[in-house]
Amino acid sequence: MEITVTVNGSAHRLDVEPRLLLVHLLRDKLRLTGTHVGCDTTSCGVCTVLLDGVPIKSCTYLAVQADGREVQTVEGMLEGGQPSAIQAAFKQEHGLQCGFCTPGVMLATKALLADNPDPTEDEVRWALSGNLCRCTGYVNIVRAVRAAAATMRGPEEASAPDQAQAAADREEVSA
Amino acid sequence: MLPPPFDYVAPRSLDEVLNHLAEHGDEAKVLAGGQSLIPVLKLRLGEPALLVDINRLPGLDGIAEDGGQLRVGALVRHRDAERSALLRERYPTMAAAAPQVSDPLVRNLGTVCGSLAHADPAGDWGAVMLAMGAELIARSREGSRAIAARDFFDGPFTTLLRPEELLVEVRVPPRPRTGGAYLKLERKVGDFATAAVAVRVTMDNGRIADAGIGLTAVGPSNLAATDAEALLAGAEPTDEAIREAAELAARAASPSADTRGSAEYKRNVIRVFTERGLHQSVAMATAAGGA
Repeated sequence: MEITVTVNGSAHRLDVEPRLLLVHLLRDKLRLTGTHVGCDTTSCGVCTVLLDGVPIKSCTYLAVQADGREVQTVEGMLEGGQPSAIQAAFKQEHGLQCGFCTPGVMLATKALLADNPDPTEDEVRWALSGNLCRCTGYVNIVRAVRAAAATMRGPEEASAPDQAQAAADREEVSA
Repeated sequence: MLPPPFDYVAPRSLDEVLNHLAEHGDEAKVLAGGQSLIPVLKLRLGEPALLVDINRLPGLDGIAEDGGQLRVGALVRHRDAERSALLRERYPTMAAAAPQVSDPLVRNLGTVCGSLAHADPAGDWGAVMLAMGAELIARSREGSRAIAARDFFDGPFTTLLRPEELLVEVRVPPRPRTGGAYLKLERKVGDFATAAVAVRVTMDNGRIADAGIGLTAVGPSNLAATDAEALLAGAEPTDEAIREAAELAARAASPSADTRGSAEYKRNVIRVFTERGLHQSVAMATAAGGA
């Protein structure tokens, strides 16, 4: 059946089988392979995309359901051709190792920060609890999310206690 | 994994949905959040000929008190329940359960009513609705009927819903001076419960007016711990009464051993969680003016 889906700002008119999963529409039809397939059983969150701004598992959503809706994938995160604050923070803070879960984690992060510009560590861990990472142990992921949040809030908002805490966190880990 | 082929419709009106269900009977499945149905399709545990997507229907996404009852519509997501100030203020068992359903990504799509209709014995909302004394409203072309949560579950993945019926909403009676808890043991975020207990306690003049206790993942469906509830009705909330009720709840459980634990272990979790949940609920209800 025919559907129209907006992906990363571009409208696509496509003829798809009802059983096609959103993740396969993105990867196989649109060649947006930044959205990965991990468990394929609704457990790991590697296939996370934003649907009208809300993070969902694209392996557990039909492409036809997305008719008339807006999807964002990791390919749509660049801002003016440059890494967004979130992407830059994941690089800066080593918020990844193998990188397989990273697109999903960054999109879940984007939704979190849109809702809550200054999340605590617990709030970050809670918001990302549907995204599994088998490499990092999450410490640097949490740090990257909070660093991105601080950047996005801007210099006047990044309070001194936050920075002191970030420095303390860093020392604790290196100790 | 690719689901088997099926036809798909996404009606804009309830009448169209009910017509599809009436015409296709058990060959049709309703798609709401899809967080159970799509895995079922991918695993080829079911091969419906037609999916009736209800996500385009207006007016089914509300959580509100209306006509003296809380009404939770068929498109209310777990996320909506998690964020509802009304549930936090007045329906503490539901507010406690919502953030413990699966993981945040699943909660963004999955629905309360879908979870009830799916009737997984390890589902969370069934136990909650048993504890709340809720009614489920089933709608077909012939009209609508209310089914008590206590009658609704008929076995694993089996309910009293007929193929031509849509579960349009759940109705929950509001109760003053009420406390509640949902205690869940899970191996990791997003896993099904090893065991869980939903508790509701309504107080009156320092006594328990009535209590509801629902159990998760310890039987062929969500179970109500009716002996424990009967013991608590009208009782003083003493440590002893609560301990005894917890023993009765553990006896009501009939868990099976699996990778999540032995039957004895799960039964003990039910006992401990019931006791803990009752203490929490009594304290909450007392603070809410039930002393």
